[in-house]
Amino acid sequence: MIALGQHADFIIWAYAGVTLGTLALIGVVIVQARMVNARLKTLEAQGIRRRSGRSA
Amino acid sequence: MSTPLATPKLNWFSQIANPGRFLAWSKPIIVPLAVATALVFAVGLWFAFFNSPADYQMGDTVRIMYIHVPTAWLSQFVYATMFFSAIGTLVWRHPLADVSAKAAAPMGAAFTAMALFTGALWGRPTWGTFWEWDGRMTSTLILLLIYLGIIALWRTFEDQLRAARVIAVVTLVGAINIPIIKFSVDWWNTLHQPTSVLRLDGPTMPGSILTPLLVMTLAFTLLFITLHVQRMRTEILRRRVSTLERQRVMMAES
Amino acid sequence: MSAFLAVIGRDLRLATRVGGDALTLVLFFVMVGVIVPFAIGPDRAQLARLAPGIVWIAAFLSMLLGLDRLFRTDHEDGSLQAFRHAGLSLEAIVLAKVMAHWLTTALPLVIATPLLAVMLSMDGDTFWRTLLSLVLGTPGLLAFGAVGAAVTVSLKRGGLLAPVLILPLSIPILIFGVGAITAVAAPGASQQALLFLAGLSLMAVAFTPFAAALALRLSGD
Repeated sequence: MIALGQHADFIIWAYAGVTLGTLALIGVVIVQARMVNARLKTLEAQGIRRRSGRSA
Repeated sequence: MSTPLATPKLNWFSQIANPGRFLAWSKPIIVPLAVATALVFAVGLWFAFFNSPADYQMGDTVRIMYIHVPTAWLSQFVYATMFFSAIGTLVWRHPLADVSAKAAAPMGAAFTAMALFTGALWGRPTWGTFWEWDGRMTSTLILLLIYLGIIALWRTFEDQLRAARVIAVVTLVGAINIPIIKFSVDWWNTLHQPTSVLRLDGPTMPGSILTPLLVMTLAFTLLFITLHVQRMRTEILRRRVSTLERQRVMMAES
Repeated sequence: MSAFLAVIGRDLRLATRVGGDALTLVLFFVMVGVIVPFAIGPDRAQLARLAPGIVWIAAFLSMLLGLDRLFRTDHEDGSLQAFRHAGLSLEAIVLAKVMAHWLTTALPLVIATPLLAVMLSMDGDTFWRTLLSLVLGTPGLLAFGAVGAAVTVSLKRGGLLAPVLILPLSIPILIFGVGAITAVAAPGASQQALLFLAGLSLMAVAFTPFAAALALRLSGD
């Protein structure tokens, strides 16, 4: 890796923060998707379908 | 859900943009998009940390620019997405437009916050302070406030269909205002700060710095597109779940 | 035209009948001026220097607080529905209501400004410029506020949301409003600001009724 110079701390904090934020964003999106899919599966198991008969 | 169609072109568009169809064709593209995003990030980060020089003015802190500029770019790109979604909602009452607007707002806020965060960390070694009321950072802060207000609106409306239409109006008013805000903030800034602020693009930006910048911008854009499509899917499915749960209640009562 | 004036007259009568409601906002305005010295110290030179900004912040906050009043009572008693089917266009009705609102909330503020000027040690020249900038800027502030009020009118707890929505959009008015008073360092800057302020207010008053009327219709569907 290239030397990061005298202000290395700031560079590291910046990348760390953005990485954390990005991973958190991805995590939230995935978790929400899973939760909705779980609810859908429960409903389908109970036999409740959309009137058009199509499932997700 | 479909409006009377005047031209064959609209017909095609309205077909793929129907929520059910959208769910069908969006499902197989999520994973490829995610993989592409990861790859471009890998390339960008390699450039940022292993293959680019220090800037002649800023030194190594230019590497913060490789994440500051993309997040700042996204903060505006996401608003543009919300803007076109708002038009879709108001002009065509398109259900996918509603979903797109709602999905985009929190991500816009997140990226704007990241832009401010990286801007502050870049500012500290460069200007000496974490925060400087310069034109761009101030405008970005105001944009964050606009995003947060819109998110608050989404959460306060019970009726999401009504919410989408009203928020579309707010989004459009906001869009018209953003240039005015930028103009006034720049005017205000030159009043109070005659010294010019260090800019990334000095006389010319060398290719060795431009390349990582563009690659990272592409990476972040792909990230947003991937997450946006996924969030739209989740929102559509969430609304279906609501409908089904209401159906279940009605069935239980009958 | 007579319908337009009738709406203004109605709102004026309602505002004065409900009692010292509009005067409460003026009281708030003056009180902000009173508490500032407690917060930043009684040094007259410093107060005088910050006075234009303080007056504008006080006016800003007072206007934001008063926004909810614009459409809420009409929404609650059904007048809004009646307005939507009235002979006069909803946009014109919104404009009439904004004008009436200005008369009952902004005008008293402007009249009360001398009180703040005295408390904050404003000099005469600054005071007149402050007055002018308030007169030119408050219509624009109210116009933007009308959009926020229209958007949140159907929300039960939307009262606090309207100021939050409108504040970012009103920052240019604040910038030019204060700039018109204080930007004396750069030559011509304060006249420039005054011009921008007037232009912005004019545009806001001209165009926001359309956005507000649209929001009212969409809220009521």
